[in-house]
Amino acid sequence: MSEMKHYITMKGTNKGIVVYLDDQCSFEILLQELEDKVKTSESSGKTEITVHSQYRYLTDDQRKDIAQLIDQYSDMSIKKIDSYVLTREESYELYDNTTVKSVIKTIRSGQVHEVKGDALVIGDVNPGGTVLATGNIFVMGKLRGIAHAGFNGDESCVVAASYMHPSQIRIANKISRAPDYDVEGSPREFAYVNSETEQIELDQLQHLQKIRPNLLDVFERGL
Amino acid sequence: MGESIVITSGKGGVGKTTTTANIGTALALLDQKVCLIDMDIGLRNLDVILGLENRIIFNLIDVLEGRCKLQSALVKDKRFDCLHLLPAAQTSDKNEVTPDGIKELIEELKPDYDYILIDCPAGIEQGYKNAVAGADKAVAITTPEKSSVRDADRIIGLLEQEGLETSPYLIINRIRKHMMDSGDMLSVDDIVSTLSIELLGIILDDEDVIRASHHGEPVAFQPDTKASISYRNIARRILGESVPLMSFDNDQGFMTKVKKLLGMK
Ligand SMILES: Nc1ncnc2c1ncn2[C@@H]1O[C@H](COP(=O)(O)OP(=O)(O)OP(=O)(O)O)[C@@H](O)[C@H]1O
Ligand SMILES: [Mg+2]
Repeated sequence: MSEMKHYITMKGTNKGIVVYLDDQCSFEILLQELEDKVKTSESSGKTEITVHSQYRYLTDDQRKDIAQLIDQYSDMSIKKIDSYVLTREESYELYDNTTVKSVIKTIRSGQVHEVKGDALVIGDVNPGGTVLATGNIFVMGKLRGIAHAGFNGDESCVVAASYMHPSQIRIANKISRAPDYDVEGSPREFAYVNSETEQIELDQLQHLQKIRPNLLDVFERGL
Repeated sequence: MGESIVITSGKGGVGKTTTTANIGTALALLDQKVCLIDMDIGLRNLDVILGLENRIIFNLIDVLEGRCKLQSALVKDKRFDCLHLLPAAQTSDKNEVTPDGIKELIEELKPDYDYILIDCPAGIEQGYKNAVAGADKAVAITTPEKSSVRDADRIIGLLEQEGLETSPYLIINRIRKHMMDSGDMLSVDDIVSTLSIELLGIILDDEDVIRASHHGEPVAFQPDTKASISYRNIARRILGESVPLMSFDNDQGFMTKVKKLLGMK
């Protein structure tokens, strides 16, 4: 039995415990060993682990099998399943969701401009016009309509505009709207979800780097 | 070969028909051969403003359904030989009208005229689609009210998808200077910057316009009212002349603004 045991290696890292799975053996062997290992490991209360499948691509079913096994035989829970590989589709999706899609045009009343990834609008978004993006929204012009960033649920997205005078801003499932009285817009601002107040807030564009330092980091966002 | 221009607005009652009649008249004054087409089927009134109601025998639908020749449906203006009207039907079923039918009809008119002006119905439904089908260029009309500008923006967005020769031109109608000055209406600057298309002209809100329409004689025919000068300036700009926007009073500030708008020093 002992020669089977090295298909799984546990390592303590600065990101917590990482369980590396061998990527050459069969999945059944892997599961078997994982079960043995998990059963015998004396866990000290609830710990979160990262499972790393290296160059093995895990299907959704296989991920479920692993999660179920760990859940069943230990107090540990899986924080994340990591790997070095993506399917072709996933990589297209990742590319799509993290690249900037630009248009040079005025988004007019009644028009909806929808993109995957970040939207860069070179022109105004007029009252009654809408921009939707799975990522961030940047308007090089006046934003006076509706902007919905992170519409698939990513709250870390922002909406930035040369001139901010929106009728509504939405980020993931948060909404903020202009007040009922007339207000002036302001130049160079961005909107983001403040994680403490859980609300959409506006700030000056020069503070964006401090508030969202990793805004354009593909790996931070997609993986 | 003539050029066809559709006069649109989105919102109703902002002055499409009045503008069509007046630009037509002003172009005729400049010796252009002009045909006006009333596409507001079921609600025709271009003929009334021109004072031609009693002369109508056939209409657009009669032509499309082959009940008469195109030539015999055209009504000649009282004042100008070179100005003709193709009236809308007042009653007929508008389902007979298709974009292709209109396109064909306008192509047939083009060799005989310098300009063909199409009076579009309000809205963005079938009537709008038919009216736009045969147009080479488009004009969007708005008043200085938010709702009207909003609808003009919508129409401009749709017109931009039509593959016209140029992007639409803007006319701002029914300007009330004191309300603009007091900030109770959008300013010319605001409107032009929101809609971001080329400004073809501005027209005051003026009783003369209403009075003239009432008497079936478009105001553009009069020699020297402010409204008639505005319409005639628009006609000259359509012909390619560069005519500065006229000032409505001696307010230096306004003129400076207008000049700035036109990119002049
Ligand atoms: N510059 C103006 N000054 C004063 N009254 C005007 C002016 N322009 C238009 N009007 C008036 O506004 C009313 C509506 O004008 P008109 O019928 O031309 O609008 P329309 O856009 O064609 O309307 P619809 O959408 O019903 O076809 C008319 O009573 C007309 O006399
Ligand atoms: Mg009309």
